[in-house]
Formats: sequence, structure tokens, C-alpha cells
Amino acid sequence: MGNLSVRNLEAWYGAQKALFGITAEIPEKQITAIIGPSGCGKSTFIRCLNRMHDTLPGAKVSGDILLDGKSIYDQHPVYLRKTVGMVFQKPNPFPSMSIYENVVAGLRLNGERHKEKLRAAAEKSLRMAALWDEVHDRLNYSGVSLSGGQQQRLCIARALAVEPSVLLMDEPASALDPIATQRIEELVSALKKDYTIVIVTHNMQQAARIADLTAFFLNGELVELGPTSEIFTKPKDKRTEDYITGRFG
Amino acid sequence: MKKKKPRASWGDRILRSASGLTAVLVVGIMIWMGWEMFISSRQSLHQFGWAFLGGRVWDPVHRIFGALPFIYGTLVTSLVALVIAGPIGLGVAIFLSEMAPATVRSVVGFLVELLAAIPSVVLGLWGIFVLAPFLGKVVEPWLGKRLGFIPLFHGAPVGVDLLNGGLILAIMILPTIASISREVMTAVPTVQREAALALGATKWEMIRIGVLSYAKSGIIGSVILGLGRALGETMAVTMVIGNMPNISPSLFSTAYSMAAVIANEFTEATYGLYLSALMEIGLILFAITLLLNIFARLLVWSVARGPKGGHLV
Amino acid sequence: MDARRNLLNALMMGIFSLAAVIAVVPLFAVLGYVLKNGLTSLNWAFFTELPGMMGVGGGMANAIIGTLIVVLLASLIGIPIGILAAIYLSEYDRSSWFSTLVRFTSDVLTGIPSIIVGIVVYAAIVVRTKHFSAFSGGVALAIIMIPSVIRATEEMLKLVPHTIREAGDALGIPKWRIILNIVLPTAAKGILTGALLAVARISGETAPLLFTALGNLYYAHSLNEPIATLPLNIYFYAISPYDQWHKQAWAAALVLVFIVIVLNVVARLAFRSRLRKN
Repeated sequence: MGNLSVRNLEAWYGAQKALFGITAEIPEKQITAIIGPSGCGKSTFIRCLNRMHDTLPGAKVSGDILLDGKSIYDQHPVYLRKTVGMVFQKPNPFPSMSIYENVVAGLRLNGERHKEKLRAAAEKSLRMAALWDEVHDRLNYSGVSLSGGQQQRLCIARALAVEPSVLLMDEPASALDPIATQRIEELVSALKKDYTIVIVTHNMQQAARIADLTAFFLNGELVELGPTSEIFTKPKDKRTEDYITGRFG
Repeated sequence: MKKKKPRASWGDRILRSASGLTAVLVVGIMIWMGWEMFISSRQSLHQFGWAFLGGRVWDPVHRIFGALPFIYGTLVTSLVALVIAGPIGLGVAIFLSEMAPATVRSVVGFLVELLAAIPSVVLGLWGIFVLAPFLGKVVEPWLGKRLGFIPLFHGAPVGVDLLNGGLILAIMILPTIASISREVMTAVPTVQREAALALGATKWEMIRIGVLSYAKSGIIGSVILGLGRALGETMAVTMVIGNMPNISPSLFSTAYSMAAVIANEFTEATYGLYLSALMEIGLILFAITLLLNIFARLLVWSVARGPKGGHLV
Repeated sequence: MDARRNLLNALMMGIFSLAAVIAVVPLFAVLGYVLKNGLTSLNWAFFTELPGMMGVGGGMANAIIGTLIVVLLASLIGIPIGILAAIYLSEYDRSSWFSTLVRFTSDVLTGIPSIIVGIVVYAAIVVRTKHFSAFSGGVALAIIMIPSVIRATEEMLKLVPHTIREAGDALGIPKWRIILNIVLPTAAKGILTGALLAVARISGETAPLLFTALGNLYYAHSLNEPIATLPLNIYFYAISPYDQWHKQAWAAALVLVFIVIVLNVVARLAFRSRLRKN
């Protein structure tokens, strides 16, 4: 579960076109990194995958994205987002909720009221996000009482709690210090056995360290998508090579 | 004052002290207002003490002054206004900040601000000649027939009463509540909304957990600011409340408000104690609105201006 | 379960849209009646004649001029004070406890009932000078407009990029000239918008004038005399027993609302052109 197949995807902000004819296969239970210079469309691309883009005012998409063979445009975004979770650049826990309430927020939206089930799900998600040991004795504290890195893992736990099959991460470590970043990277690598992970990063080393596949975006086009080792050692496209070797971007 | 200039020019000294002086003036005005009210109401404070607040009789001829009828009228009309304008104002704010497309937003936003710009005396005029007959002939008889068993809707419909005062106030404070709530909601970071959406929230759920809970204290602040405005509003209420110092549970009863009695009787106060009693009513009004505003502004500042961290460490 | 969520969502969206519709109904109801009753009562005499006795005939020439005089006086006092205080807050002292206090006091001052300002100015000026006057009315309105001028001006000054001030500094221009000749003009349109909105607000104020400007059936010949204004006249005429005066109250309301709306629209247009330039 969690195969994404992107077919000739195009995206606009108003009159401005941001993505041009993207076709890509994102296999299940692998980590796919999206790299490219800023403004290349990598964030737009990942936000198309859970239809966060096309609900913006004035935004438009064409083409198709299949999740396990079914078009994501055939379902309501609300249901799609249960299957395709997302973690953002900056940690964004709900400040009025406790740590516990943050984790179970998605489950509660879906009508889960059973206390024991919620408890169990919270523990499971926090353990998966490698946060349980640090917060199990203060679940009723505010989510914003945590450090930046902990907040981000809390957000990951929150996304995992609704049991998605795909996890989208939009530069999840860009606002964190190196140690917190390392923990997030370890976490991402551990999560791949259960989830399809698509991660946008501006950091090529990060992509090289954790990703199975890497996609290089430039000016709204997907230049190249392949096994990470190939992209970084023998890219097929001259533009990829230029970017990897630091000739621009 | 970071770096010492070789010569502090006269222009700099003048502008700095002149502008500093005006800043002091702003604080000074506030203190001076409180002081002036206090001094002017000393005689009444001395004569009646706390009993003034609970006194039900207002009889200038026999030199008996009690503020309760005015406090009652003020509170009831403001409460009616809050019950009506609170939910509607909040709904407008949500509509403007979360739902409306840009063009609708600017048009509706402008109309709501125009509503706030209509002078209260014009609303009062409309209240006397349009709303009062409508209430007295249509709305109140209807309410009386269906709900007359509730004391709230008991009695002869006249149209110039607590209900009219409350409705006019609702119209006046609706823009306050709507625009400040909207300001507070707009200050909610987009990532909060996206966090909710990414969890599979519907639009309403996004508004509830991503926006309203974040902006809660600011929204409460906006409602309290609306309440403060309702409590102190003078002209419109004076024109439609009937100006009789009654304390009746019915919304169809004529009544009086604190601001209205000041407006009506201030220039007629022929002896010191009378004037002082009116001043004390003013002092009470000043104190209540001051406290409400301080409290409400702190709430609004905590969301819209303050350094509240909803993100990062 | 999911159907219920969707239903609730649709329901709430409907409620919020309905709230927006309900909110604009009173605006059109009030404006409609003001227009209808005002137009039928408005005539040339309204603008040129003094009030007639006992509710017969006449106009409000004195009140129209009176409104202009009192509002102008208030603006002359209130706008410079407001702008200066904002300069202090934005240019000299952005974050001390004192500037926070000033900012906060100014915000709280907007919430103090305007009738309170009226009686305080009465006690301070009318009692001491022993007569009601246009001047005391102007002072009362000035106090009411100062906080809004401060807030609008400060926000506009804060929008002026810091680099502009630094550029001036680098050229060795004294700070006061940077503020007056560079920063203020850059923010001028925004400040004008704020000032116009403040003027619009005080143009319709009645309560603070009841015990200061008082009203007058004739022209005021100096600022030391009581003076008539449109809002005061609307009030007095509305509660009078004369039908003719009720009509004149509607006419006055129409003129007043027209002035206020024009000021609002002009203010917003000024602001919009400022935005476009940036």
C-alpha cells in the first residue's frame, strides 16, 4: 500500500505555471527525496500529492495522480489526507492542545471517542516518532512546551496516528539544529518499513544519506528520478550533474 | 540614542521632546479623566457610599439618588446586544477571514466598516422612527402572543424599550466584534490551518481546531470590547430606551441607561449633589469600561500583537 | 459518521455566510431610510437658512458650518498631537515600558465612552470659563480622535523600511530631518488615511458635544460661543414634538451620512493608491 503514480501533472498559481508535465512513479515503502534549487516547484509538487495545492484559492492542477491505482481526484481531499499524511517545514503543534491531544487530534476528527483506543494509539504513534520516552510523563503539557526538535517529532506522531500509508515531509528539518536533524533523519529511515515517504529537502547530503530514490526538479520540471546512488554518482542529465556538483543553485 | 552625535542639533532636541511630551499627554489625559471624575463625584460618594449602587430611587426633587435602574438598563441592553451581535459578528469574522474569495471579502469588509461608520445619532433616529413602530406593531405583539408566558416578553408592546435599545446596540457593536475577531483570526499562522487540513479536517474542523482555538483569547477580547462599547454608548440608546428609571424583567419595558441619564439630566442638574450624583454614574461607567478595555486589550494583544509562540521553540 | 461531518461542515459554512448577509442588512435598512426620508425633506433652504422657530421651516446652515468648524478645530488639535505621539513611539522609543504604556493607554482610550470625555471637558473647560463653547467641543472631539490617529500613524511609520532611515543616517542628515523630510512623507498617504477615518468618526459624534458645544439656533461668532452641529441638531430635532423638525432631522442625517461615507471612501482610495505604488 502506498504506491504513487504521477501522470503528466501540471500546476498553476493563478496564471503562473509552477509544474510542467510531471510523470513519476513513487514506489511503496521507500524514501523518495525531492531536491532542487528554491522555487523549482518541489514544494508545489509534494503539496499536490495530498491535494493541499489545489484547495488554495486560484490554484489549479491538471493531469492525474494515482494512489494504489486509484485517482486521488476521485476522492474528497478530507479522506485522501487520512491516507496521505503531511509534516511541515516548521513544527506546528496546536498550541491550545496538550501533547496527548495533539497526537489524537486526527483520530478525534474521525470520530474516535473510545478513551482506551485513543490512549493506545497515542502511545503507539509517540513510540514510532521516538518521542514516547521523553514525554510519557507529561502528556498533559502544552505541545508548545517542547523543544523545536521534539515539536517536530510530535507533529510526525500526530500525522502517524491516523495510520496513513504515505507520509509527505516538506523540509521537516530545515528549522532544526543539527542534533535534532539527525534524530529526525534516523526516525525517517526507521519509518520506511511501514510507510511510503516523500521528503523535500534543500540539503543534498540529507537526500544522499536517507533516500532510496531521488528526484531532481528544476524550473517546475522533473529533470531526473532514479536510485539515489545513481543520481549522485552518475546522473543521466547534464543539468542534474551541474546541480549535484554545485555549479548552480 | 545608540550613538552620540558630535553635536546634538536643536532640531533633534525639539522634535524628541515635543513628541515625547505628546506621548506623556496621552497617559496624562487618561489619568486626568479619572481624577476629574473622582473629584466631581466626591460629594455623592460621601453622601451615599456604596448604597448608591443599590439604590432604586432616583428623585432629584427629594435629593435621593440611586443608580440601580440605570445600571440595570445598561446591563440588560448590553447583554441583549451581546447575545445577538456576538455570534453574528463571529460568523462574519470567520466568513471574511476563512471563506470569502478576495473580491467578496473586500466588499463585505467595506460594508461592515461602513456600518461602524454610521453615526450613532443617525442609528438612534432610525431607531425612533423606523425600528420602534416596527417592534411595537409587529415584532413585540407577535412575541407576546407566542412567548408571553416568559416574563422577558411580558407586557404592552410600545417599541421604545429595552429590546429596541438592545437591538440598536447590537447593530453598533457587530462591526467591532467582527473586525477585531477578523484581525485576530488573520494573525493565526497559516501553518496552523494546514496542520489541521493535513490531518484530514473538513473546512469547519480546520476553523475549529486550527483557527478558533488558537485565536480564542483574542476573540473573547473582541467580544468584551464590543460589550465595553455597548455599555458606554449614549445617543442611540438615549433615543430609543424610553428614559424611565424602571427595573422590570420585561424587554418590552421602558428603561434608562447610565449614559442616557447623564445625557438627559446633566445640563438640568441644578444643585451640587445632583450634579455630583450624575458624575458618580459617569465615574462608575468610566471604571467599568476602563477595566473591561484593559482586560480585553490584553487578550487581543496576546494574539494579534504579542510575541505568543505557536511555532518553534 | 463521515456523512455527518460533511453535513456539519456544510451547515457551518451556511451559517457563516448567513451571518455575513445578516450583518449587512441593517446597513442597507438604515441607509435606505436615511436616503428616502432625507431626500424628500432636503431642499435649498436647508443649506442656506437658519432654523425656523417652533419647528416651522428654516434650515441648518449654522449647523453645517458649525460641524465644519468644530471638526476642523478638533483636527487641528488632535492630528498633530496624534502624529507627534506616533513619531515618538515609532522613531524614538519603540520598546521601553513607557512606550508600551502609551500604546496601551491609547488603545484603551478608544474604548472610553465618548460621553465621559464630554463631561470631563465640561468640568475642565466649561466650568472654568463659565460658558459652553465651540472651543470646548473641539477639545472633546480632539481627545476622541487622538488614539486612532496614533495607532494609524504608528503602523504606517513602522512600514517604512529601516534602510531608508539608515540611508539618511549615512548621509549625515540629522535625525529630525530624516523623520520629517524622509520618513513622514514616505508614510504620508497611510497617515492621511488614518487621519481621514478619525475625522469621519468625530464628524458624527454627538454625546461629547452635549455639554460643550451645546448647540445654538444662530451662527456662532467666535469659538467662545456655543455652536450648533449636525449631530446635535439631529438629536434635538428627533426628540422634538414637531413633524417638520423630524423631517429636517432626516435631511441632516442624510447630509451627515453623506459626509461620513465620502470621508471613508476617500480615505480608502488614498490607501489603495499607496498600496499600488509599493
